Amino acid sequence: MKLINKMLSGDKRACARLISIVENDKLESEKIIKQIYSHTGNAHIVGITGPPGAGKSTLTDKIVKSLLKENKKIGIIAVDPTSPYSGGAILGDRIRMQDLALNPNVFIRSMGTRGYLGGLAKATRNAIKVLDAYGCDYIFIETVGVGQSEVDIVKAADTVVMVMVPGLGDDIQSIKAGIMEIGDIFVVNKSDLFGAQRTATEINMMLDLNTNEKRRPPVLMVTSTKNEGIDKLIEETKDHYTYLKESKEYDERRQKNLRIELLELVEEEIRNIVISETNKDNKMENAVKELADKKVDPFTVRDKFLNSIKK
Amino acid sequence: MDRPIRVLVAKPGLDGHDRGAKLIARALRDAGMEVIYTGLRQTPEQIVAAAIQEDVDVVAMSILSGAHNHLFPKVVELMKEQEADDVLIIGGGVIPDDDIPGLKQKGIAQIFTPGTPTTVTIDFIKNNVKRK
Repeated sequence: MKLINKMLSGDKRACARLISIVENDKLESEKIIKQIYSHTGNAHIVGITGPPGAGKSTLTDKIVKSLLKENKKIGIIAVDPTSPYSGGAILGDRIRMQDLALNPNVFIRSMGTRGYLGGLAKATRNAIKVLDAYGCDYIFIETVGVGQSEVDIVKAADTVVMVMVPGLGDDIQSIKAGIMEIGDIFVVNKSDLFGAQRTATEINMMLDLNTNEKRRPPVLMVTSTKNEGIDKLIEETKDHYTYLKESKEYDERRQKNLRIELLELVEEEIRNIVISETNKDNKMENAVKELADKKVDPFTVRDKFLNSIKK
Repeated sequence: MDRPIRVLVAKPGLDGHDRGAKLIARALRDAGMEVIYTGLRQTPEQIVAAAIQEDVDVVAMSILSGAHNHLFPKVVELMKEQEADDVLIIGGGVIPDDDIPGLKQKGIAQIFTPGTPTTVTIDFIKNNVKRK
């Protein structure tokens, strides 16, 4: 495909078009991924996650600016929520990254979640592959503002940076399960605000309770708007990548995530086959009616459906 | 079209506020579009770079300062240079009626002045998007 060759040779517009295709067109998307897959696997994928308004976009902007001094090629995927009512979205992360728009070594793409709930969009994983093949040294994935359980980023990134801010709750919040478990690096952003030290202490105490942790995540004080703590964060991000590579955890993680991805693809395809199969002769409608009338149980119907698609 | 229309809402020039652009962004969102908003004080070059990377169907610019005759056509020109002339470009803001024919001639598909119901803009976009 012409677009793919153009993208591989560094054409921004071709790269943008390919991301649109993987986002919108299932069949074409598969063709593209098949062709570019062997070109992927070279980028360090960094997830930036944290609650809404924590400063993820501003932080990303500052990190990327600093990395550009090292002459790196950088991709950014910024995810914002899609309206469950209209299907529309306001994608506003670029506002904090205005100065990066014109840099030839930076590619920024905004994505709406389009109904996907894990903090990313469904097509984010494939968009990462396009940017990886495009030749990015680093790919930053900025998640939607997360609450407590949007942890999909851990399935897509090598390094997860959890951005926290002072004043979001007491130390109980930090020992709950969910997002507090997935950080490889913790950042207390807006650390010039009152309570920042306390937030850092609470995160540290939470981390000290983990006994089976192979590597204890660092907790960093950062004030993005003043560019304070950014260099240290970059250093820690690189250290984490080195650690992954040297400890073989890199391979373990990537393989674990590939297994999840593969199973999700299989699940989706089986689901599609079952739907198209059971739409024939009103099979689905009739089964639902029977279920409602308690003539049959859901497990028996499931087995019947699965048997009908076995060849 | 089974995908959302993607619109870049942009504020070229030195305007002091973006109340109108945010209102439009919100209305387009509620009409089911994906709106990328880049904030105040953008150069035409920045707007075009964002439009290319985001692969938008529409660039919707708002301007209040009076620099529309210079900045709007500049964006059209730069988009053409990028061979992105399949993108619908529209404008809005405080624009005198006398300037509108000239802007249209230079490739701005439509100009929406104060008081235009948002539904008019939404319908125009839906009916005039160039890509399928």
